[in-house]
Amino acid sequence: MTAALEVTVARQIGEFELDVAFTVESGMSVLFGPSGAGKSLTLALIAGLIRPDTGTIVINGRVVTDCARRIHVSSQGRRVGMVFQDGLLLPHRSVLDNVAFAVRQASGRRARRAVARSWLERVGAEEFADRRPGSLSGGQRQRVALARGLAGDPALVLLDEPLSALDSAVRRELRDLIRAVILSSGVAAVLVTHDAEEAEELGDVVIAYNDGRVTGRRIVERPARPEPQPGAPESTESA
Amino acid sequence: MTGLVPHSWLNSLGIPPWVWNPLSVSLHAAIEATIVVAVVGIALGYVLAKGRFPGRGAIETVFSLPIALPPTVVGYYLLTRMGGPGPIRNAEIRLFGHPLTFTFTGIVIAQIIESFPYCLRFSRTAISVVDPRFEQAARAMGLSRWRIALLVTLPLARRGIVAGIAMSFGRALGDFGATMIVSGSVPMATTMPIALYNAVFYGSHEQAMVLALVQLGVALAILLGVSRLGKVRPW
Repeated sequence: MTAALEVTVARQIGEFELDVAFTVESGMSVLFGPSGAGKSLTLALIAGLIRPDTGTIVINGRVVTDCARRIHVSSQGRRVGMVFQDGLLLPHRSVLDNVAFAVRQASGRRARRAVARSWLERVGAEEFADRRPGSLSGGQRQRVALARGLAGDPALVLLDEPLSALDSAVRRELRDLIRAVILSSGVAAVLVTHDAEEAEELGDVVIAYNDGRVTGRRIVERPARPEPQPGAPESTESA
Repeated sequence: MTGLVPHSWLNSLGIPPWVWNPLSVSLHAAIEATIVVAVVGIALGYVLAKGRFPGRGAIETVFSLPIALPPTVVGYYLLTRMGGPGPIRNAEIRLFGHPLTFTFTGIVIAQIIESFPYCLRFSRTAISVVDPRFEQAARAMGLSRWRIALLVTLPLARRGIVAGIAMSFGRALGDFGATMIVSGSVPMATTMPIALYNAVFYGSHEQAMVLALVQLGVALAILLGVSRLGKVRPW
């Protein structure tokens, strides 16, 4: 079976040196480690936002970076969805437009908006479709960011500390939602966190990072229970 | 140049031709100059803000010279280059059939050069302070470079850009030195500042007072507009 993601990269930034190699299968994989360990830098390399000094990145069997062969597929061409720590939703466009911009598999504004609306429904954010991101709470923004990350029919979704700016109640709620939506979509995901509890709750595999190196890899044992479903009842607090 | 508004309207409003004609020329020339300045200034501002190439600072300095130069110096160079013998004058004659000095087009060119630095510098600054993470997010979404510029960068920089365009429009509308040297005081190519100068020169103090008041009103309207843009809630 082809791995969803194969990463072998090195990149020097000032004094910091990242030199990591790991493989990700389907499901949720978590890069876990302290701040400054190189987790977010790894995501930026995978997304094609930064080029590594050496190494290769393969997504679903497709080589998107190979420094030796001078291959560097642009971030636009990688079919990678991203969810950022603070959402990074475009403040001047509606929630629906924000998600629709990411839709690549449909042509025409109406078709893209229809796909976007269906993703907003899946993350429980359809009621915010016509609002501007500035009027949403942090949790609501991250729901929209999750929809945007998935709406482009990506081969891989990267989530860069998507819950770290939220309070604990909303984090718990969104944790379940993220895992349910990612697993039900069938797309492989890599999530970055420095929170041990979050890594255990969200990951099928946890890859430990420290000081620019992979220091361990562990498969998370889960009790046999149904995975949470997207759209399941939410807590009373507005997320 | 007086065709912006039908004369019958002006008569019914009681606006005399000695106010409307120069005002019309001023507005018409400033609008044309501002359209050119906006298109070129925003594009060059984007290139200077986003590009990484040697000579960026030199380009910005050269295009910003009219801010520091007395307008009469700009007018002098325009007069001697556009009106004096040489390749520029020859090109004018080939394209337009006559030199552009002492014409309406000459006024527009003078105003473009005088007002260009404001739009350029405001645009460049506004574009360079847009949070690059929004552009990164857009790249990750698969948007092309053009779509990122049009849908992300320029809208996020729009307040600074609009302020720059307003400043350029105000500068074009108020230009005296360069316009005076390039166009003189040719009938139907006389702007408001030149009309005011003429009124004072020929001792028509009532006309001068009215022309000054009209320009004061226009300037106030522009500044209020810019101030309002600054107060609008971001999104």
